[in-house]
Amino acid sequence: MQRIGVFVCWCGTNIAGTVDVKKVAEALKDEPGVVFSADYQYMCSQAGQDMIKDAVKEHKLTGIVVCSCSPRMHETTFRKTAAAAGLNPYMVEIANIREQCSWVHKEMPIGTEKAIILGKAAVAKVNLNTPLIAGQSPVTKRALVIGGGIAGIQTALDIADAGFPVDIVEKLPTIGGKMAQLDKTFPTLDCAACILTPKMVDAGQNENIRIFSYSEIEEVGGFVGNFTVKIKKKARYVKEDICTGCGLCTEKCPQKKVPNEFNLGMDNRRAVYIPFAQAVPKVATIDPNYCTMLKTGKCGVCAKVCTAGAIDYTQKDEVFTEKYGAIVAATGYNPISMDKFDEFAYNQSRDVITSLEFERLTNAAGPTAGKLLRPSDGKHPHTIVFVQCVGSRCSHDAEKGKEYCSKICCMYTAKHAMLVRDKYPDTEVYVFYIDVRTPGKAFDEFYRRAVEEYGVHYVKGMVGKVTPEGDKLKVLASDLLADKQLKIDADLVVLAAAIEPDKSARPLATMLTASMDTNDFFTEAHPKLRPVESPTAGVFLSGTCQGPKDIPETVSQASAAAAKVIGLLCKDKLTGNPCVASSNELMCNGCSSCEKVCPYGAITYMDKEFRMPDRTTKLRRVAMVNEAVCQGCGCCTVACPSGAMDLKGFANEQIMAEVDAICK
Amino acid sequence: MQVNENFKPLIVAFCCNWCSYAGADLAGNNRLNYPAEVKIIRVPCSCRVNPMFILRAFQRGADGVIICGCHPGDCHYTSGNYFTRRRMSLLFSMLDYLGIERERTRVEWVSAAEGAKFAATMNDFVAQVTALGENKRLEDLRCKE
Amino acid sequence: MAEHKNYKEQILRISGVNPLKCMRCGKCSGTCPSYDEMEYHPHQFVYMVETGDIEPLMESKSLYKCLTCFACVDRCPRNVEPAKLVEAVRLMVIRQQGQNHMKPDDIPAQVDEDTPQQLLMSALRKYSK
Repeated sequence: MQRIGVFVCWCGTNIAGTVDVKKVAEALKDEPGVVFSADYQYMCSQAGQDMIKDAVKEHKLTGIVVCSCSPRMHETTFRKTAAAAGLNPYMVEIANIREQCSWVHKEMPIGTEKAIILGKAAVAKVNLNTPLIAGQSPVTKRALVIGGGIAGIQTALDIADAGFPVDIVEKLPTIGGKMAQLDKTFPTLDCAACILTPKMVDAGQNENIRIFSYSEIEEVGGFVGNFTVKIKKKARYVKEDICTGCGLCTEKCPQKKVPNEFNLGMDNRRAVYIPFAQAVPKVATIDPNYCTMLKTGKCGVCAKVCTAGAIDYTQKDEVFTEKYGAIVAATGYNPISMDKFDEFAYNQSRDVITSLEFERLTNAAGPTAGKLLRPSDGKHPHTIVFVQCVGSRCSHDAEKGKEYCSKICCMYTAKHAMLVRDKYPDTEVYVFYIDVRTPGKAFDEFYRRAVEEYGVHYVKGMVGKVTPEGDKLKVLASDLLADKQLKIDADLVVLAAAIEPDKSARPLATMLTASMDTNDFFTEAHPKLRPVESPTAGVFLSGTCQGPKDIPETVSQASAAAAKVIGLLCKDKLTGNPCVASSNELMCNGCSSCEKVCPYGAITYMDKEFRMPDRTTKLRRVAMVNEAVCQGCGCCTVACPSGAMDLKGFANEQIMAEVDAICK
Repeated sequence: MQVNENFKPLIVAFCCNWCSYAGADLAGNNRLNYPAEVKIIRVPCSCRVNPMFILRAFQRGADGVIICGCHPGDCHYTSGNYFTRRRMSLLFSMLDYLGIERERTRVEWVSAAEGAKFAATMNDFVAQVTALGENKRLEDLRCKE
Repeated sequence: MAEHKNYKEQILRISGVNPLKCMRCGKCSGTCPSYDEMEYHPHQFVYMVETGDIEPLMESKSLYKCLTCFACVDRCPRNVEPAKLVEAVRLMVIRQQGQNHMKPDDIPAQVDEDTPQQLLMSALRKYSK
């Protein structure tokens, strides 16, 4: 039999105003198991907690019921108090008589009556509580960052700075991501390469960071602190450790007609290539889809010119397994395809481009060496039309586009418009907008400068149709404020395409058992209070894989994710939640019902020898719960047909006792 | 059926710790009234609610049982509320067959931000069960004092 | 005023359009080939129905300038379908007149099978006035 102490809190007048606390304490005194009952003005105060500690010693209490505010508020406080008094912290139950009683009922007799019933239910539960000890598991002191864009790089650098080894897995031949493709960054107009490439070099040279470029995640197993990850390193047909990155092969390769994806197909590269001059690792890669040697076996020019002897046509994909304590997803974004937006003639004219293509057109390392020239005829455009919200903010039942605001387009369009007017003042620039959204430090000032200082024509309205006619693009658009329809002969049309999560994110989320929203953005553990953690323990989120973000926000989130990873890796042992499922082996019939409903894969089966009454032994298949993986939802307990599975802290018996106490 | 003017039903509400229990707390924070007949039992997830608990409640004289969980797709444990939805639709149709009206049982999705919805749901449910009167089916008379 | 509300309700019911979905981007007006002919433009149409300001629409010639080309329906990012509203207002006018101009003989002998039914109907109404 338990020796239970009941403590009724007044919470000033918050509870005592509608609940007769003396009466509650008095009524609970005679409940089975209760040996002590008291009330106090603020149980959570130091004096209140001391009162509990003293009562534990004096009355040799084995269980505590606190009738107070919500357990979401002070359960941890009172568990700590119990632990300080030498009790198991899980011998404490809270009766919520504030949020769910005194605050929602007005009359004293009603409130008091309900408070007594809630108290009785808590007492009934504590009577069946058992001391619980949280399981512990070791932590592998190495982190994995998936994605090598600015988010992944920042996260990796921060973790490495704290002294923990980090691996970056990047699917492309180089890290750098989207930021490496950008020209300038808003609102300061820093050159993207100037601020990104030093970080890339840092990541490449940091002794705590290993970069697996041209690699993909194949399989993820394990749980927080103990992940096992299979990584596939794709064959690049160049020995990474020998290649010096001199680039001779990329100049001599006879296969010249390969669309250059780094410049979004606006120019060509060779079959053997280094994506851009500042690539990290600076190693050549042979594209097996275009390499003549790999396709027909006749060429071998690159091997002949390579003085280091780094070319290896026999290289194969390599799969290896690594262990990690924490995983950070930093898979980033892509602009959506413009195929469905026929009205903008993106597929009909080369002079209709997306904003990311515009970045390459103005980038000194881009296809035009930084000169703003039309992709079709290489002439300087004199009228440029920017269209905002292409595919963003669409209705959920529309055939194309995304429902959300892509967040970055207003600002980068203002930047583009401003830069064009700055470099080429003879150019007329129109920006068609629905709303201009500039919440951010120095963002609105930046947009106003585009209008006031640089004379960009901002038109409230939308472009309805773009028609290529001769060397012009006929733009038909509405000007809502003037109530006019505009017809503009443009030379270049730039579409601010919505952004979407990278296609690799969905299969990755499945491997990580991390949840995603309907747009394939990773969901965070709490939208406000835990924005960088995934609901799956040990998996963290960095950058645009969680939602649209600009660079400053991405970097903040990347560092925040790193801080969370460091916090995890600092621990030698992880203490789990002791309220986990456990299976009674003697009752388990090995049916696998629990295994099928478990969202975490925490239940496995094993054959175990049992001694039978006739002294023989028998092998039986029984369920085993991995306590470090189980999150304690209790789904399996209901699925179990034999009643072998139960949840510690919320056992069948305990909840039944609560039901009985309420229904008495 | 005789209608008792002073009839106060006994309602057991199972609320998941992450959404609905927090929603109930929010109703309290905002001082949104609902009848005291509702007594909440905290469970980690709505999928922890064993049909046994509901049968037990009716056996012990409850007049209505409501289960509240996170909205579909928002379950803290990814998929628990989907199991709840399926299990409860089966159980409720069985209870209906046994003579416990559908109106006495309900599954409702209440998020942590929906204090107002929690209070409104409880007001509505209590009114609904009050209109039905006392639950006689399944009640174990030996439990009565 | 009560009558106006009634107009609005009927128009919403006939068209199945929810004007509250409109985010006022103006793409419908940016794409409308008959824009210059109109007194009230497609985006205003949606807004006026939303606010219940329907009588001016019914009296306006704009109603019959709409070609029912469905460009606005096709391109609307919010799936509001302005052309269906126009058609519903036309229908309201006819209902008010108590006339029905559709005559079976008027249906052209040869109809392209891709022709939307709505186009046919509106053509009949337009030219039999």
